[in-house]
Amino acid sequence: MALSIEDIKKIAHLARIEVSENEAAATLTKLTGILGLIEQMQAVDTTGIVPMSHSQDLAQRLREDIVTKTNQRDEFQKIAPVIGNGATEKAVSHGLYLVPQVIE
Amino acid sequence: MTNNNLTNSSLIQLSQMLANKAISSVELTQTFLNRIDALNPAINAYIALDKDKTLAQAKAADVRIAAGNAEPLTGIPIAQKDIFCAKDWQTTCGSKMLANFIAPYDAHVITQFNAAGAVNLGKTNMDEFAMGSSNETSYFGGVKNPWDFDRVPGGSSGGSAAAVAARLCAAATGTDTGGSIRQPASLCGFTGLKPTYGVVSRYGMIAFASSLDQAGPMAKSAEDCALMMNVMAGFDERDSTSLNRVKEDYTRELAKPSSSQPLAGLKIGLPKEYFAQGLDDNVATVIEAAIAEYKKLGAEIVEISLPNTGLSIPVYYVLAPAEASSNLSRYDGVRYGHRAAEYTDLMDMYNKSRAEGFGAEVKRRILIGTYVLSAGYYDAYYLKAQQIRRLIAQDFVEAFKTCDVIMGPAAPSTAFKAGEKVDDPVAMYLQDIYTISTNLAGLPGMSVPAGFSHGLPVGLQIIGNYFDEARMLNVAHQYQQVTDWHTQMPELTMPKDIA
Repeated sequence: MALSIEDIKKIAHLARIEVSENEAAATLTKLTGILGLIEQMQAVDTTGIVPMSHSQDLAQRLREDIVTKTNQRDEFQKIAPVIGNGATEKAVSHGLYLVPQVIE
Repeated sequence: MTNNNLTNSSLIQLSQMLANKAISSVELTQTFLNRIDALNPAINAYIALDKDKTLAQAKAADVRIAAGNAEPLTGIPIAQKDIFCAKDWQTTCGSKMLANFIAPYDAHVITQFNAAGAVNLGKTNMDEFAMGSSNETSYFGGVKNPWDFDRVPGGSSGGSAAAVAARLCAAATGTDTGGSIRQPASLCGFTGLKPTYGVVSRYGMIAFASSLDQAGPMAKSAEDCALMMNVMAGFDERDSTSLNRVKEDYTRELAKPSSSQPLAGLKIGLPKEYFAQGLDDNVATVIEAAIAEYKKLGAEIVEISLPNTGLSIPVYYVLAPAEASSNLSRYDGVRYGHRAAEYTDLMDMYNKSRAEGFGAEVKRRILIGTYVLSAGYYDAYYLKAQQIRRLIAQDFVEAFKTCDVIMGPAAPSTAFKAGEKVDDPVAMYLQDIYTISTNLAGLPGMSVPAGFSHGLPVGLQIIGNYFDEARMLNVAHQYQQVTDWHTQMPELTMPKDIA
C-alpha cells in the first residue's frame, strides 16, 4: 500500500511528533523505502503459525503484593525539564509537575 | 612495564598486577584517563567523563584490594555504554532528548560492576537510542574507527567499540538489539558477545525494543568477555524477562586441557545463506581461512541452511520500530528530558518537545512503529512479523540438530566510510543481515577477530544454542590460542609523554 503525505501527517499526529510540510515530503520518501523492504513479508504463507513474542516461552512472573519502593519524589523531580527559553526554572511546583492548562 | 603494555593487557593480567601490588587501581585508571585525554578529542568514543567519580571508585578499589577481598574485576577500569543509567552520571542514550538527564538510579548492570569493585571510566557514545549501525545518528557526533579515521566504528555501540579498539578502556559494555555489539566488534577488530535473551537484566538499560534488547561484553579476547559475563549475567527480579537460572562461571570451559586438537568432535554449521550474494569477497576469504583454522583444531564442518535469513530484516523493521514507538512514548517533556521552549497547549508541547528532542532516524522508526501498530494494519504487519519470527527461530532449532555452533561473517563488509550510507536507511539496515536473526530467535552470538581486508578488521561470527555461552567462549578462546588477530591494534599517534 502506497503512503501519501496525508498518511504521514496522520501517523505523525498519532506519534505526537510535529512534522513540517517540508519534512513530510522527505519522510514520505524514506518511509516508502522502508515499507518496501517490509513488504517482502507478504510473500510468506504464515497460515496456522503461532506468533512469537519472546524467545523463551515463559509465563509472566508474579510477586507478592507488597511495597518495594520508597518515595523518591524529590530525587526524581531534580531532573524535571526547565520551562521557557534560556530559563533555569524547573517545571515543578509543590511536588507537582507543571504543564499547560488541560482542564477549562 | 610501559603504559602501552598496560592498556594492552588482558583482564587477568591486570587483575594479577593489582593483586600483587605491581600497580594500584588509581595508577591504572589514571593511565587510561591520560590516554582518553590524548585520543578522545579525535575519536569521540566517550561522551561523559567524570574523573573525580572515576578516581574515587579506583581509590575504593585499592582499599578493597589491600583488605584482601578483591574480586577478579576489582579496580579494573570499564567503559559503560551511555544506554545504562548510572546514578549521578549524565545518561543520554546518544539523544538530545536526554542531553541533560542525570540518572537518579543505577541499572542492574552498573550495580553488578559496582559490587564487583570495577571502576566506571565514563559513558560511551552510541547511535541515538541504539538505532543505527554506524554511530552517525548520535546527537553527540560520530565516532572515528581507530583503524581508519575516515570510517565508522559500526553501531550502535560505536563508542564502546572504538574505546576497546583504541585501548581507551580495559573492556566495555554494549547492548545488541539487532547486531549492535557484534557488528561494531567486527568493524573495530575485537571480541564481543551478545548473550541469550534474558541472561543479563535490562533494568535501567534504556529501552529500545524490549523483546530483542540484550546487554553484553565488548573486550580484547574471549577470556576477557567470560570474566565480564561473570559480573553482568544473573537473575534480577526487576526485569520481568530476566531468567532465573543457576549462576554460571563463564570461564569454566576455558581451562580445558589443551591438546593439538582441543576442539575435536565440535560440529560447526556453515549456513549457505551467510555466504551468498551481498557478502564482500575479501570478507568471505578471511572467514574461509578462519574455518580452515578451526578444522586444524579438530572441528568438523557441516553444511546447514537457515532459509528464512533474508526475512529477518523485514521482520526486524516491523517488530523493533513497533516496540520502540511504544517505549519511546514516555519521552513527553513532562517529567524529565527535553521540553520545547515555546508551545501553545499540552498537545503542542508534546509535538514540539518530541520533534526537537529526537533525531531523524529515531523519528523514522517511531513513525514506522506507529504505522504498523495502527488500527487496520496490526495483522498485516505486527502479527505477520511475529509469525515469521517463529519461522526464523525454527530454522535455528533445525540447524542445531546437526551442529554445535554456527559460524559465518558478523557483517557483510569491513568498516565503511562516514557519510556513505547515512542518507539511505535501507542500505544501512542491510549491515545487520547476519546478526538480526539471532536477536529474533533470542540466541547468543559473538564476533571474534579473524583477520584483515585492506587493513580493516573482519569479524567471525559464532552463534550458539540457548545458554551455550560458555562453550562459545571456549570455541573462540581456542582459536585465540593459535591466532593473534585479537592482539593486533591500530597504530595511533600519541603525545610522547603518554605513549
